[in-house]
Amino acid sequence: MVPVSYYLILAAILFTIGMASFLVKRNVISVFMSIELMLNAVNLTFVAFSHMWHQVSGQIFVFFVMVVAAAEAAVGLAIIIALFRARQTLSIDQVDLMKN
Amino acid sequence: MNPNLLWYIPLLPFLGFLLNGTIGRKFPRPLVVAVALFFTAIPAGIVAYLWTVLKAAGAPLAISVVSKPWIAVSGFTVNFAFTVDHLTLLMLSIITGVGFLIHLYSAGYMAHEEGFWRFFAYLNLFMFFMLVLVLSANFLLLFVGWEGVGLASYLLIGFYFTKDSAANAGKKAFVVNRIGDLGLLIAMFLLIANFHTLNFDGVFAQIAANPTISTCLLTAIGFMLLLGATGKSAQIPLYVWLPDAMEGPTPVSALIHAATMVTAGIYMMARCHVILDRAPSVMITIAIIGAVTALMAATIGLVQHDIKRVLAYSTVSQLGYMVLACGVGAYTAGVFHLMTHAFFKALLFLAAGSVIHAVGGEQDMRKMGGLRSKIPVTFWTMTIGVFTIAGAPLLAAFFSKDEILYQAFISPSPVGKLVWLIGVITAGLTSFYMFRLWFKTFFGAPRFEEATDAHHGHHDAHAGHGIHVHESPLVMTLPLMILAVLSALSGFLGVPEAFGGHDEFGHFLAPVLSSGEAEHAASAASPILLASVSVAMFAVGLLVAWQMYYRKPGTGAALAAKLKPVYSLLDHKYWVDEIYGTVIVAPLAMISRFGFGAVESGVVQGVPTAGAGITRGVGAIARRMQSGNIRSYAGWLALGAAVILFLAIFTQVPVR
Repeated sequence: MVPVSYYLILAAILFTIGMASFLVKRNVISVFMSIELMLNAVNLTFVAFSHMWHQVSGQIFVFFVMVVAAAEAAVGLAIIIALFRARQTLSIDQVDLMKN
Repeated sequence: MNPNLLWYIPLLPFLGFLLNGTIGRKFPRPLVVAVALFFTAIPAGIVAYLWTVLKAAGAPLAISVVSKPWIAVSGFTVNFAFTVDHLTLLMLSIITGVGFLIHLYSAGYMAHEEGFWRFFAYLNLFMFFMLVLVLSANFLLLFVGWEGVGLASYLLIGFYFTKDSAANAGKKAFVVNRIGDLGLLIAMFLLIANFHTLNFDGVFAQIAANPTISTCLLTAIGFMLLLGATGKSAQIPLYVWLPDAMEGPTPVSALIHAATMVTAGIYMMARCHVILDRAPSVMITIAIIGAVTALMAATIGLVQHDIKRVLAYSTVSQLGYMVLACGVGAYTAGVFHLMTHAFFKALLFLAAGSVIHAVGGEQDMRKMGGLRSKIPVTFWTMTIGVFTIAGAPLLAAFFSKDEILYQAFISPSPVGKLVWLIGVITAGLTSFYMFRLWFKTFFGAPRFEEATDAHHGHHDAHAGHGIHVHESPLVMTLPLMILAVLSALSGFLGVPEAFGGHDEFGHFLAPVLSSGEAEHAASAASPILLASVSVAMFAVGLLVAWQMYYRKPGTGAALAAKLKPVYSLLDHKYWVDEIYGTVIVAPLAMISRFGFGAVESGVVQGVPTAGAGITRGVGAIARRMQSGNIRSYAGWLALGAAVILFLAIFTQVPVR
């Protein structure tokens, strides 16, 4: 049986990769993907702990996270399309209109 | 009778004030007058009714009405309480009676003025506060009225508020009165601290019942009361506001000078005679202040050219007589003179207003003259007023002024003879300057054709094309005639026994002002002899004025040129205003400038500015965090999370 710490280390690595790419990527779609990556890293920890404690609540929480992520992806993509139509760019450095 | 009737006496004028003051602007003028007169006449009617009650009830009169407590803190209570005794009843009659006549006169005098409704609202407000002042059964309510007449006088003196001099005169009256009010306030604090009550009855009963109360305390209270009285009744050193109060419309001068405000100090001193009688040094001070004020104001009055200013200084002078009377313990004589003065000074002011009205707003006597036949009613009524104040035998002031001088002469006060002498000299001066006014205004050749654009706030249709002299309408002359009769005859109320009278006035007030005059009976001085001295002074004043301003009209100017320094001193009113300006106003202005420079712009404006600067600085830092760059937000978020994790793992801080 694989110890739970392995899962946690994998999740931490995935989360860090997601966060790092979130911080450095300029393309909105890449940023979105890195958010999904972080969410999945969290999901992985949920599932690992759920298995370890023999509790179903962690698994259920994963469903919620996935639902939210799906909804977010739908809304986010719609925003991205609207944004691209308006500005002809997907670089987030050029769309900081709400500054100040 | 139902004592609750007393509430209506002041409240009705207040209602009139509310009506005219709020919606009066929309009223047609006759309605404004009707409202003002109605709400003044009804209290006068109630006062008349009180007289009938008094007649029916016999001598002991004390009607009071008390409300629920106004202030009640740990054993100290003040009520809204009115009380009527003989002194109050007399004051009420003067205020409502003369006040009504002045209202009536104003209806004619102010007919062409802007702010008609405002004027009548203020007049009613004045009546309200003055009535509260005299009806009050305790010091606090008296103080309310005391402050209230100060407010109303400020509004009335500054009635022509677009004119600088009027606005300044209003301010001056207000500020100078505040100084006196401080005295009254301190006196009240001392009373609370030592007697635990402010009711007149309570305080006076405690003082009367306890002969061991320290003279020191009573002296302190007495001096503070005196300070209050000098402010309100225009005595040295606080008299300077009263002559300036001439800037108000003439009926206001009559109201303030004659019937109401300036008499408040005399009334208060008479009311508090129990305290003053026990403080001999205060009494001496009062007598001297009164005498010196009388003399000084009379000398200034000698050289004034403005007809109203002569009357103003004569008011200060006459008030000096009343204060003098209080100072020698002759309160009854003081109040008697207060009453006759209310009649003849109201008469004089209203008549002067009629003269001013007649010559199109001109107030300078050098531009009058020869008005005798042109405005006969004004001339004859004013003549009665002039002869009365000058002390012509058998007219009112002859009795009241002589009573004061007689009481001063025979009083046991150490300064009695001195103040008598000053009073007699003042009587001569009074006679002189009043006849000077009379001769200059009504006799000789007319000097007013060249007066063209004199306004003095009186917007008359005739100004600008020479002057069409005209007699005033009946609504103005009727009050003059009534007041002339009162001036001439009211003296007979107080004819002393020595002249075959019964001194009804003295007997009437005896229950209230009993003390102070008992021991005078044994004096050897002959009242007849003293009275003849006064008559001589009257005659001398009349003759000198006749010689200088009627027979040889140039004499006055020649004499002024010959006695240049003296004339200049009087003309500049002893430079008192200038001295005040240098000693008090200039240093205060300097302190204010310092305050404005260092304190106002340094501290008062500096502290908020510095606060704003700090906030802005912090904001400038915080603003950089709000870059709008989503990755920097995420970075801050990650950094924050890292810090919290670090704290949770490596320190003892519980993170929950």
